[in-house]
Amino acid sequence: MVGAGGVRLMQGNEACVEGALAAGLRFFAGYPITPSTEIAELLAERLPQVGGAFIQMEDELASMGAVVGASLAGLKAMTATSGPGFSLKQENIGFAALAEVPCVIVDVQRVGPSTGMPTSPAQGDVMQARWGTHGDHPTVAFTPWSVSETFSLTVTCFNVAEELRTPVILLLDEVIGHMREKVVLPPPEAVTVVDRKKPAVPPGEGYSAYDPGDGDIPPLAAFGDGYRFHVTGLLHDRSGFPTNDPEEAAYLLNRICEKVERRRARLTMIESRDVHGADVVVVAYGCTARPASRAVRMAREAGIRAGLVRLITLWPFPREDVARLTAGARRILVPEMNLGQIVHEVESAVAGRIPVVHLGKVGGVLMTPEEIFEAVKGV
Amino acid sequence: MPHIWCAGCGHGIVMGCLIRAIDRVGLDKNRTVIVSGIGCSSRAPGYMDFDTLHTTHGRALAFATGVKMANPSLNVIVIAGDGDLAAIGGNHLIHAARRNIRIATVCFDNSTYGMTSGQYSPMTPTGKFASTAPYGNIDRPFDLCELAKGAGATYVARGTTYHASLTVNLIAKALEHNGFAFVDVLSQCPTYYGRRNKLGGAVEMMKWYKDNAVPVQAARQSPEPLPPGRFMIGELFTVTAPEYTDEYAGVLERARERETRA
Ligand SMILES: Cc1ncc(C[n+]2csc(CCOP(=O)(O)OP(=O)(O)O)c2C)c(N)n1
Repeated sequence: MVGAGGVRLMQGNEACVEGALAAGLRFFAGYPITPSTEIAELLAERLPQVGGAFIQMEDELASMGAVVGASLAGLKAMTATSGPGFSLKQENIGFAALAEVPCVIVDVQRVGPSTGMPTSPAQGDVMQARWGTHGDHPTVAFTPWSVSETFSLTVTCFNVAEELRTPVILLLDEVIGHMREKVVLPPPEAVTVVDRKKPAVPPGEGYSAYDPGDGDIPPLAAFGDGYRFHVTGLLHDRSGFPTNDPEEAAYLLNRICEKVERRRARLTMIESRDVHGADVVVVAYGCTARPASRAVRMAREAGIRAGLVRLITLWPFPREDVARLTAGARRILVPEMNLGQIVHEVESAVAGRIPVVHLGKVGGVLMTPEEIFEAVKGV
Repeated sequence: MPHIWCAGCGHGIVMGCLIRAIDRVGLDKNRTVIVSGIGCSSRAPGYMDFDTLHTTHGRALAFATGVKMANPSLNVIVIAGDGDLAAIGGNHLIHAARRNIRIATVCFDNSTYGMTSGQYSPMTPTGKFASTAPYGNIDRPFDLCELAKGAGATYVARGTTYHASLTVNLIAKALEHNGFAFVDVLSQCPTYYGRRNKLGGAVEMMKWYKDNAVPVQAARQSPEPLPPGRFMIGELFTVTAPEYTDEYAGVLERARERETRA
């Protein structure tokens, strides 16, 4: 069924597909990889039902390229992958960032590096999401802790991509992608959908895809609309054509990074519980926030003043909020399923004022509430 | 208009052939998208007045596939160098050909990596010199037209910068072809390939094309195989086969039928 609301039991990957369609997805290109494959399989069935295009490309480089091409032709476009494929997409993600092409990349994380453990969870791609492509570039990435939130965050990804003209990454954990939970799908008309800004002038009257005018995000025409514009991965000036002018180059790089930075507060989604007066604050995200939430409850039952901060926005990293929500704590604990990634951001957010302890776990098994509880007792 | 090409470079002639072919066929400027990769050749879209997309090295056909699938009514043209299309982008070339998606692809084939100043490409003949083959190239080159045909391209042709009016005809037919069309155009690089191999300047290199090109009809009539160093020009292969976006329209139809039945 297409676009029907209601209560459903579904996988995270399925919720991602529902969210994407609700947000207006009309183009998907991908290459099969566990644990993301259900997204492609479901879209192969669903996209044709709404007149959209689905294509399985020859690899992930091609998938990411096709997504950029389709977006420039005017469609909301997405790809989905896991670690090895995420690595392959990086060059063209950088292209999308520089050429300001809205698109969504879903990375259902698994244990890496290399082929790793294809069916086991890890949170090892957090830094790759930020710095995977070369050069200075903006990054927006969100990570959900439930199937229901996967739906809403996927919608958010598209809305942010369209508004900011930038690639947006949804970092799913293998367990979130494959877990089944209850989801209340809103009726289509209840979903807020943002579309990219179109040129205000008719073709032939001075449109440039890279001149932001008074704002900081230029409107984007579609290929075939008659505007005849140039898109390049070379640094370009406001006309969109390549430039070697250091001032124009610096202006462009600053603009694409600042357009995200300037909206940091609005892009920040973060939750907290019991942080006021807490001695220990646990900062967690994605699937690890689930046992962390339970561990904080166990700690309070045991008389430890513990609190929880859950990151939903990973990039841009919500450093002011993390600093504010942990301000009264004596210790911060950062559990994550890697050997230390977001912990460094937390450390820099509190700038040495509060000791930050990392609890890492790799090997493909979820953290338990008890493990985190023990660590809370220990810090 | 200022451009990046060296004196004597053949790429401007190939671009001129493409523009004349577009004009001859009468493509609407507003409905035509030109996509390129990275290289000297791939800078051409920046000099042309269409929707133009200068992508990453090797990936032009992947981006172009996205454009065409998103809006099959657009005329989509890919131009790129031999290194771009045959080396780093080889996988995309064979798969675009296999799908038979309607993208007219023009290879600016200068037998070398021009942009990075003359390393050997998959089209550098064995024995020739390149900055990365100072003792002579031991690699064997592709026959790109055979490769495209073998992979499923339904229109395959070869021209040269010397045979400009033939090349205009070949590209025009590629633009009108409903399927994946591939035109290999030999284009001289006197600065790197020519100088290093003592082939003379642009004039001598184009004269070499004149002397060694064999029209396909003549080659096919002769019982002898082509002597080494000589090559066929003209329309090498054409066949009708289902085009990818037409087939996808069928998918949309079937999905809709299933929806109404459900
Ligand atoms: C991923 C990547 N690898 C390498 C390069 C460097 N590079 C730029 S152009 C080029 C080769 C160009 O040769 P060709 O495609 O034959 O085009 P030509 O310049 O000869 O027209 C290379 C290797 C690059 N830009 N990107």
